[in-house]
Amino acid sequence: MTFLEPFEFHFMKRAFLACAVIGFTNGFVGAFILLRRLALLTDALSHSLLPGIVIGILLFGLSPLSLFAGALMSALFVAVGGQVIARSSRIKDETAIGVLYTFAFALGITLHKASHIQKPLEDYLFGNILGTSNDDLWICLAIGIITVPVLTLLQRPILLSLFEPDVARTQGVNPYLMQILLMVSIVFSMIASLQAAGVVLAVGLMIGPAAIVYLYTDSYQRLLWGSAIVGLVGSVGGLYISYWTSVPPGACIVLLISGAFLASLVLSPRYGWIRSLLHKKHLHEESLARWQSTAPHTEKKAEHDSKPPQT
Amino acid sequence: MNTSSHNCIDHHLQIKNLTVSYNRVPAVHHLSVQIDCGACVAVIGPNGAGKTTLLKAVARLLPFETGEINFHSHAGHDHSSVFAYLPQREKVDWDFPLTVRGLAELGRYSQLGWRKPFTARDEEKVTEALHTMGLCDLADRQIKALSGGQQQRAFLARALAQEAHVFLLDEPFTGLDVTSQVALGRTIKSLAEKGNLVMAAHHDLDNVHKFYSHILFINGELIDYGPVAKVHTPENIKRTYNTPVFSGPHPSHPHHHHDVS
Repeated sequence: MTFLEPFEFHFMKRAFLACAVIGFTNGFVGAFILLRRLALLTDALSHSLLPGIVIGILLFGLSPLSLFAGALMSALFVAVGGQVIARSSRIKDETAIGVLYTFAFALGITLHKASHIQKPLEDYLFGNILGTSNDDLWICLAIGIITVPVLTLLQRPILLSLFEPDVARTQGVNPYLMQILLMVSIVFSMIASLQAAGVVLAVGLMIGPAAIVYLYTDSYQRLLWGSAIVGLVGSVGGLYISYWTSVPPGACIVLLISGAFLASLVLSPRYGWIRSLLHKKHLHEESLARWQSTAPHTEKKAEHDSKPPQT
Repeated sequence: MNTSSHNCIDHHLQIKNLTVSYNRVPAVHHLSVQIDCGACVAVIGPNGAGKTTLLKAVARLLPFETGEINFHSHAGHDHSSVFAYLPQREKVDWDFPLTVRGLAELGRYSQLGWRKPFTARDEEKVTEALHTMGLCDLADRQIKALSGGQQQRAFLARALAQEAHVFLLDEPFTGLDVTSQVALGRTIKSLAEKGNLVMAAHHDLDNVHKFYSHILFINGELIDYGPVAKVHTPENIKRTYNTPVFSGPHPSHPHHHHDVS
């Protein structure tokens, strides 16, 4: 028994390669999910991929394109449907999305059962990285090769529209376009992560690395690339541990990443709990406290100023 | 067409017949004014008088219904870099992973677009802006780890890096202690003295003469504009705060005040 034993098997080599690519891409995209605060929407979307994938397979057979078309359709159904309901009724969008994605998920389970697709449901739910085929590996690689460079090339307009969408517009950036681009990238990389973690665990693989790096850095660049690297290391490391412990790989990867997150939450020298307990409050909090103690006064004054003297 | 862009004393911002509406209710209407560069203008009016709306319209953050806004007295100037809008403090996502330097670098993007490389000259502009705002020592601080006055200066540094000429500030003095207020007042005054135009929403009538050279009284419509000494009159203040805000063509004014003491 040696450290390199897992790498002796062909299927393991393929799985490790897939993990590296998926972890890197998802970590990178995950940084945007964190900044745009889309974690819960991403989770909803990943669950709603299931019926789309099943329908895609039923209609066009098992091919990369059918997977992608189906997944994109059902993600759009939930995202757009949520907005339509929110705008046309008193139901708020997170309620609408909550109902729609569980509906889609349930529909997916039903369709899978009815369709006699050979791949077991569990593979879709929790991933099956050990069963990665060459085709799967190519899909993941293609997704990574498209998503990461596109997001890197457009990082200035994306950064502007994430930080200040209004100001971005005056500088000739269309924030809606950037948002659509981000959503498409998210769906792309979710499809890649299905192989490793399935629809249920995918969001942990995507958002976890970014959440970890966010606790260590104040640099946008470091957040993006750091998350990608943590995603890569976490995925490969999770698979490696799973080989020796026989915990399912998807669960092992997510456990490793979320464990690292919890440890960082406590230990991070920059934003960890221990640091905030040890260090006294920052200047800014002091000024905020002062501001809050004076705020009611100024507000009253403004109100007084704005009211005409009444008889 | 005029002299070099650094000397814009004889340049001006011209607003003609400006109307800006939210859901067809005008917040600013039929406002015309000409403001010369070099002025440091306080935009004063009651809540809902359209102070923020006016600033945002000048920055092209809001579409306007009627009228036009020209700078350098010719339309279609490159708005993306001339105008810099500084948001109200509570509107900013202070947790964003951005340092002071990173924020100032954003100012260069309007000229660089998405693909021109960030050159040594851009780097120089950023450093110069940080230096002018006295932020060199804090350049690597995350934007939340700054005091209120420093945060305002960080956004001003971005505007400087952008090489803006018109600085539009939304309630910059709100939430600052007196020392920071004085420092910020000195900063914006010196920006104006260099030939830039500074316009800031403001609501404290007591200290307006300390920080600004001009006042623009607004109450949905323009009440008066001019040098502080000339327009800071009881008459203008009364008209600004006692006129009911016009909120749409309504036959019987709902906000009508029957009598004014």
